[in-house]
Parts: sequence; structure tokens; C-alpha cells
Amino acid sequence: MDTLIKEIDYGTPKSDSTRMVTLEIDGHQVTVPEGTSIMRAAMELGTKIPKLCATDSMKSFGSCRLCLVEIEGRKGTPASCTTPVAPGIKVKTQTDHLADLRRGVMELYISDHPLDCLTCAANGDCELQDMAGAVGLREVRYGYEGDNHVFARSNGSENFRYKPKDESNPYFTFDPAKCIVCSRCVRACEEVQGTFALTIDGRGFASHVSAGMDEDFLASECVSCGACVQACPTATLTEKSIIAKGQPDHSVVTTCAYCGVGCSFKAEMKGDEVVRMMPYKDGGANEGHSCVKGRFAWGYATHNDRMMKPMVRDKITDPWREVSWDEAIDFTARRFKEIQTRHGVGSVGAITSSRCTNEEVYVVQKMVRAAFHNNNVDTCARVCHSPTGYGLSKTFGTSAGTQDFKSVDKADVIMIIGANPTDGHPVFASRMKKRLREGARLIVVDPRRTDIVRSPHIEAEYHLPLQPGTNVAVVNALAHVVVTEGLVKRDYVAERCEPDDFARWEKFIADPKNSPEALEAITGVKAEDVRAAARLYATAGNGAIYYGLGVTEHSQGSTMVMGMANLAMATGNIGREGVGVNPLRGQNNVQGSCDMGSFPHEFTGYRHISDNTVRDLFEKVWSTALDPEPGLRIPNMFSAAIDGSFRGLFVQGEDIAQSDPNTKHVNSALESLECLVVQDLFLNETAAFAHVFLPGTSFLEKDGTFTNAERRINRVRPVMAPKQGMQEWEVVARIATAMGYPMSYSSGAEIMDEIAKVTPTFAGVSFEKLDRLGSVQWPCNDAAPEGTPTMHVGKFVRGKGRFMLTEFVATDERTNRSFPLILTTGRILSQYNVGAQTRRTANVAWHPEDVLEIHPHDAEVRGIREGSMVSLTSRIGAITLRAVIADRMPQGVVYTTFHHPVTGANVITTEYSDWATNCPEYKVTAVQVTPSNQPSDWRTEWEQRETEHKRVAIKPLVAAE
Amino acid sequence: MSDHKEIQRMANQIAKAFGAYPEEQAIKETANHIKSFWDPRMRKQLAEIIARDKTALNPVALAAGRQLGLG
Ligand code: SF4
Ligand code: SF4
Ligand code: SF4
Ligand code: FES
Repeated sequence: MDTLIKEIDYGTPKSDSTRMVTLEIDGHQVTVPEGTSIMRAAMELGTKIPKLCATDSMKSFGSCRLCLVEIEGRKGTPASCTTPVAPGIKVKTQTDHLADLRRGVMELYISDHPLDCLTCAANGDCELQDMAGAVGLREVRYGYEGDNHVFARSNGSENFRYKPKDESNPYFTFDPAKCIVCSRCVRACEEVQGTFALTIDGRGFASHVSAGMDEDFLASECVSCGACVQACPTATLTEKSIIAKGQPDHSVVTTCAYCGVGCSFKAEMKGDEVVRMMPYKDGGANEGHSCVKGRFAWGYATHNDRMMKPMVRDKITDPWREVSWDEAIDFTARRFKEIQTRHGVGSVGAITSSRCTNEEVYVVQKMVRAAFHNNNVDTCARVCHSPTGYGLSKTFGTSAGTQDFKSVDKADVIMIIGANPTDGHPVFASRMKKRLREGARLIVVDPRRTDIVRSPHIEAEYHLPLQPGTNVAVVNALAHVVVTEGLVKRDYVAERCEPDDFARWEKFIADPKNSPEALEAITGVKAEDVRAAARLYATAGNGAIYYGLGVTEHSQGSTMVMGMANLAMATGNIGREGVGVNPLRGQNNVQGSCDMGSFPHEFTGYRHISDNTVRDLFEKVWSTALDPEPGLRIPNMFSAAIDGSFRGLFVQGEDIAQSDPNTKHVNSALESLECLVVQDLFLNETAAFAHVFLPGTSFLEKDGTFTNAERRINRVRPVMAPKQGMQEWEVVARIATAMGYPMSYSSGAEIMDEIAKVTPTFAGVSFEKLDRLGSVQWPCNDAAPEGTPTMHVGKFVRGKGRFMLTEFVATDERTNRSFPLILTTGRILSQYNVGAQTRRTANVAWHPEDVLEIHPHDAEVRGIREGSMVSLTSRIGAITLRAVIADRMPQGVVYTTFHHPVTGANVITTEYSDWATNCPEYKVTAVQVTPSNQPSDWRTEWEQRETEHKRVAIKPLVAAE
Repeated sequence: MSDHKEIQRMANQIAKAFGAYPEEQAIKETANHIKSFWDPRMRKQLAEIIARDKTALNPVALAAGRQLGLG
């Protein structure tokens, strides 16, 4: 059994200095980087100096006075957490005098702290308790009769220093009676999270911690990241799960299954029950931090709604019938084979999931290519980051972000385009905000005034609030300024890029039609702001671009990706730390599912299926002939289903009926299928149309890897056996086998070995190496055995960088008198994608329903008030939801999320898509908003399906007598 | 959808995206794109569009279709 992993707390952060200093501590020599604290240097030797207010995730503060030391030749007893090392000094960490002082300090603390250790939730995990033990505290001479904050009443009257417990946050409690006012929580919120929700109010003995303006936690600015809870040395801030279940006894390091940041966690367990998820300090992506989803919202994994039995049915109007695994697998294989016999080899296909492991995805695409004998496999990245794949391959030669997350620490100017990192990629946002507070400059290109535009101690120098759908015009205008104002890094371009393509691009972009002034009327962005932003990006040092789905989910998504790549190449901002073009990936394994050959035209590692050498390799390893023609992409599958040439679909862990645009079209495609197989945790929206349901595993049961947005391959380790009895890849392998293509694996590790064998960029990856190094960033092969944090160093993957011409073409989706507003969609911090997971956790406390954000003026002219129900109509469909008046919205643009199926945001999104990849244009829909007091037709239809299509047949009860 | 409206829109959209290139190259890029990313049945539908109504496509898309032997 695994033990409980206790990470070393060095007390103060690591120093990055390269100059080394040697000193002596308790007679032992130690050499550490300059700027290291004496406390940390001692810990390097294994000497724990008592401490309360210091912890290595934040700067030292020096308030508790417990960590005192003596330094030969210096007067007094300095605090070791705030005193840096110096060459040759001799430090003593333990003397009688120090011991007396420390006991005195502890005695004071304990005299104002309850003595209920035995029944305290932190018992066994309390630093105050540990320190009392460490300093040898044996008595407390001051009683509780005096001034204290422990009891509600003191000496017979009300105690004004006492504050009751705050239990408003669904995941943790705040019990001020136990607070020692070390301010670790306040500093964690500032330094680690960057939210500044906590303060120390009052002075001296009366000082206390408060959230917001003495509000409760839920009502405050707090985003429930949990950094303060993690930092608190006492039981003051404690996870409710720990209060309910007690301290964990063992832990396993694994990876968050929510977003593309890919945070590492210790899953802290009791038996096979998770009691706490604790961010792991050695996690390359998060270095000990997390957000509310990863740390707290894991309850869905054991939610009652989870399906545990395979089920089948002949018609989607029949109730589900629970069957054995064998029966479900045979049923699937038989149906698929029948369909192929009747309608041809190309009539079936599969969709892989960005929520599943690399190994699971690899096996599904292999099933399609080798057992279905076609290339009809696509992944949900189609609807989010497929333009990234196309755009970055064309310009740089490979489809991936260029940097690691850490690189942002070296950025001088950060340009965020169409991304909302504080909601979508919170842990990376914390890193970014830290860098911004240190002085990096910020440009935000987004129709909305996202939170990062103005937040505590951060202000964007330029916010370019463009009209949705005009990204390419804006990026062209930025590049126009760079070219015409002589800001191109000529040496870089000459050395690193294709000269002919550059020359052609330079001429194209310099054309006056691409000037900020010419485009102002289209983009709605002031020309002078575009000019200033371009100058800033090109000249302020390291320029780093971060972007999200606000870039890709447009009819010109791919063009925009190429536009940003051009801009970065022209300014020399590719190929070293601190720069780059970085997609912020939505789901946990978007990068991985793309890498694993989930696209209909590509094998693993982005190699086209028409390439004979590559196909030969696969044919050899898989021992079967492979089809050289590209297959159907998701939207093409839907169209082909409607026109009858596509009849069978296997959907792995995705809810296309909710997540994909133009729900009516999707639903009628799904209804046309003869066999729809859904592999998922829950009976989701798609399952309402399915004939086979294969229960899936949660990340707590999976054995595999996820690849995050920085190409980092992280291990996902099982902390419990698959609850439904089988790993997902095994189910898939058995279907393939039943269809006549034998496939079998004994472990995730074995699948990764095969991936490494067929994929040059993964050649050096194995579970053994991941266990040894923690994680690696691909490419990982002989040339880079420990992986590649920064790409395109010295030379682009494709050889020379290629400038692509990026003509602005307006979308066909236009506003008019009937649909005068533009709807753009997105998500928020506490919910995730279609919400299947987060809706089944207490995160609903922050987002119980999807709402429509609308500018005050647009609301007023329509007679819409805060909180009133409105009807949202596009030329495709109509839905109803509640309105929220938001002045962060520009006039003419409204916004909603798609986390709740009952809202049906995608009922109104259109079929328009990116020209290159068919990535849907979620971000631009012309709509009208009107007050409404009835549910939409969609809602009624949905409610009906919810009851009728999700019925499971009740098993006949066996009579007892 | 027997009128293949979607295929028509997609082909025209691809051609327009290469609009800033010299015509010959735009045709080549468009043809290449269709060949690399379209399932054969989609290409067949493009051929049907060309056979039925050449004006449904813009000149670059039409020429690309022809280059692919679809009309
Ligand atoms: S949970 Fe996070 S945001 Fe909330 S107070 Fe604690 S550190 Fe700040
Ligand atoms: S709540 Fe915890 S971390 Fe914050 S000041 Fe009190 S004891 Fe320290
Ligand atoms: S930032 Fe993303 S990966 Fe990290 S804990 Fe939150 S949801 Fe999980
Ligand atoms: S740990 Fe150094 S003063 Fe508190």
C-alpha cells in the first residue's frame, strides 16, 4: 500500500540565483544559492527550525518569532525565515536561550487557542500542535479568563473578539476561534492565487482574518481555490471532507481531469475513498497550486447518477436493458458489422474524447483504422482547437504550444487574445498574474472586459474590445503597424523564416487596407490603441501570446492562428523562454487526444495518412492494411448521417448532443443513426439517442496519461479499481476483437510503449520514465531524452518558419434588423464544459444556471431587468434563460455559458464553421433578446426526452416467497 | 441534403481564405486542402455540384475541383 506522501516544507521559496554561498549550520557546512534564507539552508541539511508563519509557497513574513537562531558574531536572535545566508557565517539553531524564547512564544499562542486537540479535525495535521511538541511546551501559565477570542462569552459577558464559524463555502470552513493570525492565508490568497480576497483587520491583539469586507467566504471575492486552506497551519481553515472523514492514511500522485492546465495532485485516501485532493508541489504545471475544480469538485466520480452496468436497447424509445459486458460488446460488434455489410466500410466511425487518457484515445482511433478499416475518427478538439493544429502546423511545422507554463515568468509583455484565463485556466492565470504584478505589461484582445483586464494590482495597458468575428482584421492591423513602422526583427526573420513567403506577406500586410485606420470601422477598435498595442508588443522585450477559443471558434479560426504566428515570427518572439504562441487548451487532454492520431487525416504525431512511409510503419506494427484516404470529421459525420451514408457511431466520453452547435441538426443526425454507442460515466444528453451504453471509468480509476497545454505528459494513476469492472481501453479492445481485429493490452504502460514505437515525438516516453521524472514534455526522444520545454529553439520544426497570407473574410453570420445582437459563448470558473461533472458537485453554489449577460443599454431599450427571464432567438432556434445586466459587455454583444443542458445554448448556435477545419463558429451568432415569461419549446422537448429516453428498465423483483 | 449546400459553402470558403495568393497558387492550395482533409464522399458531392451548376462555385474553388479531377 502507498504511504501518505508528506512533502518537505523548506519554509521559504527557492532562490533562482546561480551564485552559491557556503555557510555553517550547527557545525555542518552547506552550500546554497545566494538569497536563500537560513531556514531553507537548514532544511537542506535536514534541520527543521520551528516555524509557524513561514511556508515555502510564499515569501517570508517574519511575524511569529518562532524560528529564531543565533549567528556567531551578530547580536540578538534574528528570524531565520527572513535572514538570508551569508558566506562563512556560523549559525546555531538550538541553544538553551533559543529554546526558552521559543517556548515563551508558543505559550502565548496556546494561551489564546482552544485546547480541544483530541476532537479537532486537524489532529495529526496541525503545525501548531507539532510546534508545541517541537519546542517542548509543557505548561501554559496564562489562563483563558483573560482576553481571548476562543469563547463566545468571557467572564460572564459577551466576548466581542469571538467570531462564529463561517461555513458558507461548500468545501471548507473558517473557524476564527482557532486562528493564530499568522497571515499565511492572506499571503497565499495574494501571492499564490492572486485574488486578494482576505485581509487582516484590526490591530494587535484584536487583529483577525476576514474575507472581503467582513463578509462570509461565499459572498466575498473568494474563488475557492483552497490555497489559504492548504497554507493554514491550524484547523482554522479546513476542508469539510476532512472534518467529515478524518485524516487520510495514504496518497497517490495523479493528474486533475478537468482543464488543460493539467495540475498534479496527491489523491489523499482512506481505504479506497478519497478524502482530499492536495496539489502536488513537484507538479510541473501547477507547482502546488490548484483551482476549485481540481481540489474540491471530484465528488462526481462517486455520484449516484453514475452508471455501473452496460446497457443496450433496440430502439431509442425503448427503456434501457442492463446486460453483461460480453453481451454489450457482442451487440456493438454485431451491429457495426451489419451496418458495414449493408452500407459500406465507410458507414461507421468514432469520436474520441479529450477527457480520456492518451492510452484510451489511442485505442479508439486504432479500432477505427484497423477494425473498422476506415479513417472516420475525429475528436472533440474539432470543436475547439482544431484551427490551432492547422494554423501552427502551416507556419511552425507542428501543432502545439511553443512554451511551458513557467515561461510566462520571463515574459515582458503578455498579449491575451480571446481567452479568459482566470475562469478557463485558473492555475495558469495565477502564474500569469504573479508575473503581471511583478511588472510585465498586458494587452487584452477580447470583446468582453474579462476579469484580468482590471483586477487587484493588475491593469491591462490596452484592452482592444473588438467586434466578435473581426479577430483577423485586428491581428492584420497589428502586423501592419509592425511592418510599416519598421518594427520587424529583420535578422531573426532572415535567419529563421522562408524569405519568399515573408516578402509576399510583408507586401500583403503593408497594404493600406490592413491599416488600423482602415479597419477601425469593422473591428470597432480605435486605431491609435491598435498602433500603441502593436508597438508595445514588438518593442517591450519578450512578447508572449496566449489565446483560447475566442480565437479558434470562428469561421476564420485557422487564419487567426496563422495571423498570430506571423506576428510572433515578425517580432522574433518564438524559440526561447518568455515568448511564444500558446493555445490555452480547454479540456484536460485536448493536446493528448490530438497527438494520439484522433483526426481523420492523421496518425499519431500529426503525420498525414497519405504518407506511404508512415502508413507502412503502422501497417507493419498493426499487421493490417490501412485506408490512405481521409475520413469524416465530426460535422461531416452529422451531415453524412442525415444523408444516409453514415449509420454507426462510437462516442467516447463526450456529450456531442450538448456541446456541439446547432443542437437540432445534431439531434436529427443522431436520430438517423442505426447504432449509437456511448461510453461515459453518466447517461448524458447524447445517450438519449444511443443504443448501447458502456459505463466508463473516472480519472480516479484510470491508469494512463494526460497531456496538458504545454505538451506535458502527466501520469494518471488509479487510486481504486474500475468501479464498473473494466478499463475503458479494454472494452474498446474487446469490441475490435469481436469485429475481427484482435487487440489486447494488459496495461496502460503497454499501450504507451506501442505509442512510443509508432510516434517519433513520443519515442522516449514510457511509464517508467514518467514515474522517474514526474513528467516530460514532448518531443521526447533520443535528441531530447528528458523532453522539450521550449519548442523551435534555433530552428522551426518545419525548418524555416512560413509566413501565411491572412486575408480577412467576414463571417456569413451577420446582424440585421431581426437579429441585431451578437451572441458569444464561453464558460466560467466553477463549471466545466457541458457540466456533466461539475453540475454533480457543490460547485453549483456558484453557477446554478446559465445566464445571459447583456449591456445595460441593450437591456434597457428592451425592457429587460436584472434577473428577468428572456427569450434568446437566432435564425436557428430559441431558448429562454435569465438575464444579468453586465457593464463588462460591450453594447451589441451578449454572452452566455453552455454548462446546463436545460438551457440549451447550442440550440441557437449555427452551422457556420472554420474554413480549414470545420471548427464551429460558436463565438458569433446573430440574435435577438426579448422579455419572456414562458419556457422555450426546447425546454419542453428536453424535459420530455429526459424522462422518456433515459429510462432504465426496472428489473423484475424476485418474490421472496 | 441532396443539394450539397454545405459542401458548396465549404469549398467556396476555402478558396476565399486563399484569396490573397496569386490565383494559380490559390487554386493549388485549395485543391490540396480538399484532397488532404475531405472524405471521398464529400469530394464526390463536389463533383456533383460542378456537374450540375458551375456557377455555384467561385472561380478558384471550381478550378481546384477540376484540378482534382472532379469536373
Ligand atoms: S480559497 Fe483561494 S481565493 Fe478564496 S480566500 Fe482562499 S486563497 Fe483566496
Ligand atoms: S486562518 Fe490559518 S493561515 Fe490564516 S491567519 Fe489564521 S491560522 Fe494563519
Ligand atoms: S486549473 Fe485546471 S487542471 Fe488545475 S486544478 Fe483547476 S481544473 Fe484542474
Ligand atoms: S517562521 Fe520565521 S518568523 Fe514565523
